[in-house]
Amino acid sequence: MKLIGEKGVKRILMLTAFSAISALLLIALFILNEGLPFIFKYGVKDFLFSSDWNPHLGKYGIYPMIVASLWVTFGALVIGAPLGVAGAFFLTEYVPKSIMRIIKPTIELLAAIPSVVYGFIGVMVLAPLIRNNFGGPGLSLLAASIILGIMILPTVISISIDSIMAVPQSYREGSLALGATTWQTIHMVTVKASKSGIIASIILGMGRAIGETMAVIMVAGNSVNIPHSPLDSVRTLTANIALEMSYATGLHRQALFATGVVLFIGIIILNSIASVVLRKRAVKK
Amino acid sequence: MTEINKVIQNKIAIDKLNLFYGKFQALISVSMPVQEKMITALIGPSGCGKSTLLRSLNRMNDLIHGVKITGSVLLDEIDIYNSSLEVAELRKRVGMVFQRPNPFPLSIYENVVYGLRVAGIRNKKESDEIAEKSLRGAWLWDQVKDKLDHPALELPLDQQQRLVIARLLAVQPEVILMDEPCSALDPIATMKIEELMIELKKDYTIVIVTHNMQQASRVSDFTGYMLMGEMIEFNQTKNIFTNPSKKLTEDYISGKYG
Repeated sequence: MKLIGEKGVKRILMLTAFSAISALLLIALFILNEGLPFIFKYGVKDFLFSSDWNPHLGKYGIYPMIVASLWVTFGALVIGAPLGVAGAFFLTEYVPKSIMRIIKPTIELLAAIPSVVYGFIGVMVLAPLIRNNFGGPGLSLLAASIILGIMILPTVISISIDSIMAVPQSYREGSLALGATTWQTIHMVTVKASKSGIIASIILGMGRAIGETMAVIMVAGNSVNIPHSPLDSVRTLTANIALEMSYATGLHRQALFATGVVLFIGIIILNSIASVVLRKRAVKK
Repeated sequence: MTEINKVIQNKIAIDKLNLFYGKFQALISVSMPVQEKMITALIGPSGCGKSTLLRSLNRMNDLIHGVKITGSVLLDEIDIYNSSLEVAELRKRVGMVFQRPNPFPLSIYENVVYGLRVAGIRNKKESDEIAEKSLRGAWLWDQVKDKLDHPALELPLDQQQRLVIARLLAVQPEVILMDEPCSALDPIATMKIEELMIELKKDYTIVIVTHNMQQASRVSDFTGYMLMGEMIEFNQTKNIFTNPSKKLTEDYISGKYG
């Protein structure tokens, strides 16, 4: 130890800290370097807003994939956000703390299930269920939304619970002491006081949904088209990259990197919004 | 004590109240009357059970897991623990002011009309009238009338405490419980709250828990001295402070401990 000394230790730790940041920078640089030139060469408008994706004909319009990603994410939120937020309120406001301390980590375990397992369950259980009850191919926008809705639950619930628990107990007591019921207390005071954390939890869940790949490939059907109903088969941006990267060369390969650029920028924007919202809350305290 | 009982109408009658937090007994067979439109003070050293007793009067102890209660608390002859009286209904009649001012993170106006919203009253004109009346009742109207839409948490602490009192007056409770309402305030703000309490006594029955014996002697009509979960002595305030009947009370009053 003496050999390295305090300064040496500090330098080594600094190096490890910077390695994470430099990894991020390298990835960003690499993707931008591979993808951006293509976007400008092909034309931003044609790339983003053309529906024609035919790599063997040199057509690279990712509009259907953008729409599909947005719909799948929206669907995941419609399913996951209300469930997650309601669950968080139930666990914090109605269930004794001792039981909550067991349930919360159990829910967080959902995040530890590999996404391929979610996809597998989607294919084996959910898709047939949809096919038999609502028609269509089963592997669809709806299936992807439901699977992703479940996958974002741990994010939404866990961050919501943290922000609801951060609401001072004195607000609840004050409300109950005025004759309010628990439910009135929740929607008149607690929701307002924990709003920013709940919004942040939903945005982070959204980032998770938009970036998810494996489960989506398995259940969404993957045909390139703009969906007209939730039962249509769709291909998301992430699925597009993963499905075609293995054999793509030349321009095609660059087009996939460009798809990655679009995703990357979208997720960075979402995460920035989430951290701004969360920071605002921290400052208010 | 029985003499007092006979003379004046009891608003609340506490009879042989035992309260357990799990295995720990926080109140031991406490009996005490609370007289209508009087100020009753509870004094005693930290941990003596005075706050617990106060909170058992509007069932705020229900919020704590594992609380067990025996004995009875009668509000206008009705047992608040063993009757069809709903907890929410009870708390509308027996309101509470807490140690630290706890306005909600809403506007001043929304804070005052909170209880009305809880009761389902949304009428603008009625709400405005009650808000003004309540704020006047808590001596806060002149300070806040031009900024009712401002966040309540921007107010100085003493005004926050009076806002919380106004919020309570808006639901027209019969009894106001105060849990060391001045302990977060400076002496001038404390004086103001004490004057307000004496004013409120005209219309409300007040029970106050205080660490501050001078405060009890200044504002209260009756005083109960508690120690280790027991009611050691209950009497008219002037008797407690000038001529306590128990040695324990005398020791506490004269500052031998506590």
